[in-house]
Amino acid sequence: MKEILKILEQDAKVSPEKIATMVGLSVEEVKEKISELEKKKAIIKYRTVVDWEKAGEEVVYAFIEVKVTPERDHGFDAVASRIYRFPEVHSLYLMAGDYDLSVVIEGKSMKEIAYFVAEKLAPLEQVQSTATHFVLKRYKVDGVILEGKEEDRRLPITP
Amino acid sequence: MSKPLISKIVESVPPSGIRRFFDIILSMEGVISLGVGEPDFATPWTIRETGIYSLEQGYTTYTSNQGLLKLREAISNHLYHTYGLNYDPMEEILITVGVSEALDLALRAIINPGDEVIIPEPSYVSYKPCTLFSGGIPVVVPTYLKDGFKVTSSEIEKVVTDRTKVILLSYPNNPTGATMDREGLLEIAEVAKRHDLVVISDEIYGQLTYDDTYTPFPSIPNMKERTIFLDGFSKAYAMTGWRIGFACSIPEVIRAMTKIHQYTTLCASIIAQKAAIEAITKGNDRMYEMKNEYNRRRQLIVNGLREIGLPCFEPKGAFYAFPSIENTRLSSSEFAERLLLEEKVAVVPGEVFGRCGEGYIRCSYAVEQQLIEEALTRMDRFVKRYRK
Ligand SMILES: Cc1ncc(COP(=O)(O)O)c(C=O)c1O
Repeated sequence: MKEILKILEQDAKVSPEKIATMVGLSVEEVKEKISELEKKKAIIKYRTVVDWEKAGEEVVYAFIEVKVTPERDHGFDAVASRIYRFPEVHSLYLMAGDYDLSVVIEGKSMKEIAYFVAEKLAPLEQVQSTATHFVLKRYKVDGVILEGKEEDRRLPITP
Repeated sequence: MSKPLISKIVESVPPSGIRRFFDIILSMEGVISLGVGEPDFATPWTIRETGIYSLEQGYTTYTSNQGLLKLREAISNHLYHTYGLNYDPMEEILITVGVSEALDLALRAIINPGDEVIIPEPSYVSYKPCTLFSGGIPVVVPTYLKDGFKVTSSEIEKVVTDRTKVILLSYPNNPTGATMDREGLLEIAEVAKRHDLVVISDEIYGQLTYDDTYTPFPSIPNMKERTIFLDGFSKAYAMTGWRIGFACSIPEVIRAMTKIHQYTTLCASIIAQKAAIEAITKGNDRMYEMKNEYNRRRQLIVNGLREIGLPCFEPKGAFYAFPSIENTRLSSSEFAERLLLEEKVAVVPGEVFGRCGEGYIRCSYAVEQQLIEEALTRMDRFVKRYRK
């Protein structure tokens, strides 16, 4: 199981046939295992890691530190779910430390993000304060280094 | 000069059989090379970073001849915890410039002129030359596909004479990927005992074994005192360029090897030694990840080769597949050269690894998956043209 997940985590497009060869199971068994993993949400989704800049699109990311007042009975979950439903919210984490929620926003411009924070996020009743940090450059995303792949420096034939 | 300039022994060793391919490859573009004998991963970052840090700290000096005690301790610990081997870091471990140096030292420490060294083939290319340089005489024992390229004690015993001093084992094997099981090793141990032989065991691919069968030779009862165990960091930790390895044996042998090492090399690079400490204490998770990746590719390449009609032994260790090319009616050198010129795929002809390697080629799978697949597609076209 773990072996299959490791392969798919690196490349979601590997076919069940190829996985079967690599892990020494039958194609049927691999398909079965994958659908099991999908059912229990161990595999959440198949996506593509996009470098929007290379695709010619303007994309801006911001990390926003949010302090909130937890609610009786719901703790942070209720306010979190109000926030993560906005499509602009790329990721959302509950933090231990100086602030409570870390909100990652994806937008087309700094203006758009500033607008989102001012109009949508800050006015929420439970939100006490926000601090917005804009991303200048993405080096590594979800375990993938975006640039600077190391060249193969080996001699072509060695004993 | 009117006297022959070069020594007779050196003259007697033929030049490397793979040199020729080098020049061809350098003149071509778009070659996929399955000819490499080293990992495609760069050294894991934590190890590299340790090397950088030790330079910054001014570790730019000699170390003791035997190598940093901390590294010897780390190796001793690792061998004990992983395989139950007992080697005293004070007296039984020597840090060397790769297994290459360790092999040379081992042979020179124990060979008298004319002593015979039994070498199972196909084998790594250094064994015969190093034996000759040490004054010994290589005695080759062929291994066969039908035995899974394992060497048998009976084949060894057939060539034992009263000049035989050493059996040189190398499992997991380069180029076949064969491993030995415990029973086979027990039988060889019997032969070693019966004829009072030393076993030099080059186990540089030991950690890259893909089933649970790996048995280090010195773990066989009573064999520690007749074994010189060689291992290194090049393959498992992707550290070929650091040039670092080690030898383990009884104090008497390690002292003799250290004597040569001290006067010819002085010590292994301190930067590599520092990095090796990091590798063996903190690099093992990353090592397992690389090994798992090799394992996936292993299945892919073995299957792929079989599908294009080249019968292929399933390698159990190292990172080489060793398919038979007999049904193309080409010699291994012809195959390799034509494959390179016609389809731009580089492989190593089996004959480089000994006469019984003829009829095979070595394909490394220390190569990215996509490239392996592209190489297989090209080889498929090639084999279709030649298969009778
Ligand atoms: C079987 C075997 N032994 C030893 C070596 C040399 O290793 P090192 O880099 O430690 O000198 C190699 C390298 O290809 C090898 O395949």
